Amino acid sequence: MKRIPPNLVAPLCILAAILLFDLFFSPGFFHLAFINGRLQGSLVDILNRAAPVQILSVGMTLVIATGGVDLSVGAVMSISGTVAALLLSRAEASNAKASVPQVIGLAMGAALVCGIWNGILVTFVDLQPIVATLLLMVAGRGLAQLLSDGQIITFSSPDYGNVARGATFIVPNPVWIAIGFGLVVAALMRRTSLGLFLEAAGGNAVASRLSGIDVRWIKFAAYALCGLGAGIAGIIVSADIKAADANNAGLYLELDAILAVAIGGTSLRGGRFSLIGSAIGAILMQALTTTILSRGVPPAATLVLKAAVVVGVCLFQSARFTEWQASRRSQTS
Amino acid sequence: MKRFLSKENLPVMATVLVCVLLYLGAGLKFPGFFSTRVPMNLLSDNAFLGVVAVGLTFVILSGGIDLSVGSLVGLSGILIAHLTTHAGWHPALAIGATLLVGITVGWVQGVLIAKFEIAPFLATLGGLFFCRGVALWISQESITIEHPFFKQLALFTIPVSGGASVTVGTLAFLVVVTIAIWMGRHTLFGRTVYAIGGNKASAKLMGLEVDKTLLSVYALSGFCSALGGVLYSIYTSSGNAVAGTGMELDAIAAVVIGGTLLSGGYGSVFGSFVGVLILGIIQTGISYQGTLSSWWTRIAIGILLLVFMLLQRGLVRLSGASKNSSG
Repeated sequence: MKRIPPNLVAPLCILAAILLFDLFFSPGFFHLAFINGRLQGSLVDILNRAAPVQILSVGMTLVIATGGVDLSVGAVMSISGTVAALLLSRAEASNAKASVPQVIGLAMGAALVCGIWNGILVTFVDLQPIVATLLLMVAGRGLAQLLSDGQIITFSSPDYGNVARGATFIVPNPVWIAIGFGLVVAALMRRTSLGLFLEAAGGNAVASRLSGIDVRWIKFAAYALCGLGAGIAGIIVSADIKAADANNAGLYLELDAILAVAIGGTSLRGGRFSLIGSAIGAILMQALTTTILSRGVPPAATLVLKAAVVVGVCLFQSARFTEWQASRRSQTS
Repeated sequence: MKRFLSKENLPVMATVLVCVLLYLGAGLKFPGFFSTRVPMNLLSDNAFLGVVAVGLTFVILSGGIDLSVGSLVGLSGILIAHLTTHAGWHPALAIGATLLVGITVGWVQGVLIAKFEIAPFLATLGGLFFCRGVALWISQESITIEHPFFKQLALFTIPVSGGASVTVGTLAFLVVVTIAIWMGRHTLFGRTVYAIGGNKASAKLMGLEVDKTLLSVYALSGFCSALGGVLYSIYTSSGNAVAGTGMELDAIAAVVIGGTLLSGGYGSVFGSFVGVLILGIIQTGISYQGTLSSWWTRIAIGILLLVFMLLQRGLVRLSGASKNSSG
């Protein structure tokens, strides 16, 4: 058996601790039932609800590996959700039946354009990633509201709703989508040399350029993929509530996604990355949230605990903290 | 005069120019803009954002970022309201305690960033979650403050000609900006902040107290955010846990439009002051216009941000001092 990579030890331990806690203190947490031909229970619920952030965090991992960050994913989610809802509601208003694959394709296309825009600003205009993506984060929601005219757009298309609410082979669709997106990206990264180039670009951009890698196109691809992922996440969220709320869809999810990446052991300074780590990070946070909610603790406490997790994980990964602890230990002994 | 027109001041000059042009443009369309009332309202309506942006300017000058400012504004407001209305504290005492809380939150973030070298982005992200969580924990509903002392604060005004008046918020905003400009230009602290933002390693080798200064920078930002929360609660005579949601973005936008580089080491408090005024003019202009919806504000701010960043980019390239921007 292969050994567990060191970056996964901390998040897996925390995840195990949370589940262990639930085993003892949350009765019925591990209960799984078949209802209407699909699995239901807290565990499935965690995976289902973690799916959007998981998809975001996969794209975010690539961007962070290049040494950047994408703050706009939440806004891009609201744009793709709004585009989809707009197309569906327009078709329904004229009693036509909108083709769901076409709607999904257009929504993803809109998100891809956003990702490409970010990519151009970062690589070819050479803006700092935080600023470049801040732009779309600020203006993106404005654009989505412009499209929706400030309204929450609702629709009734059951086929589109199925994207988030349905299940295939007893498992909810979002879980499949998250796994699928993760596998495709992982295959792109690990079965081709793209992943290696990405790590090289993030590790040392100058050295990679000197060794013949066109860093700009690598970075560009990372931002484009991140935008695409945000689009998929936006589609899931809008399909789940059968509406698009340009103001609140994906609000603060960029922070959750960055957090998931950090928990998964990818350094925010760029370089080596772990896609599976980020996926585990996203699941860990959802497990934490679900556990807190099922214990009847006020939801506000989730935020405080999230803060504790951020700081805890960062301290754990900080070399300075380890040194400081070691020096204290040697002083006391 | 020569000093003012040097190449270094070009971004700030561009900001001032944009501000003046926007104001004149809005004034030509809506004559009401030229009364004394609109500029005074600009100052008092944006006082809390302005104070927050001033604190954030130092953080950004030092090469960091503070995402916790918006939720600290919310926490401060709800804390004051809770302490005065529910716990029966005197408002002055509650305000003092809140400012202390702000300094403490900022200081803890500073320790994480300076001592343990955690990325400012992540440490203050933790602060964002923490403050918002505690604020919502205290109360999810907005709490009104009815203490007579607080009412006096809210109603206190110095009348200026033309029916306009200076409020507590305006006063605090102007005082904070003045002190901060002085701090940035003429104190050891301010110059050290610029040095750290320019090159942290060199600053350390020069024997500057980098860690201590960074701690102070984040504590200062915490203080400013708490003060912003105090002004917000005076402005609305209430505390609300979700106040200041997304304010970190407006504050960052104001700082960037004010000509401060997000990579640190270059910029000014005065620029941020003008940046806040620009955001205020856009908002007021769009609300005067009536038919344009509020989301145009966000799009306009986004476009302005883009223009300013491209301008900065061009200037940096022109001067040949290309900085290695990472993160």
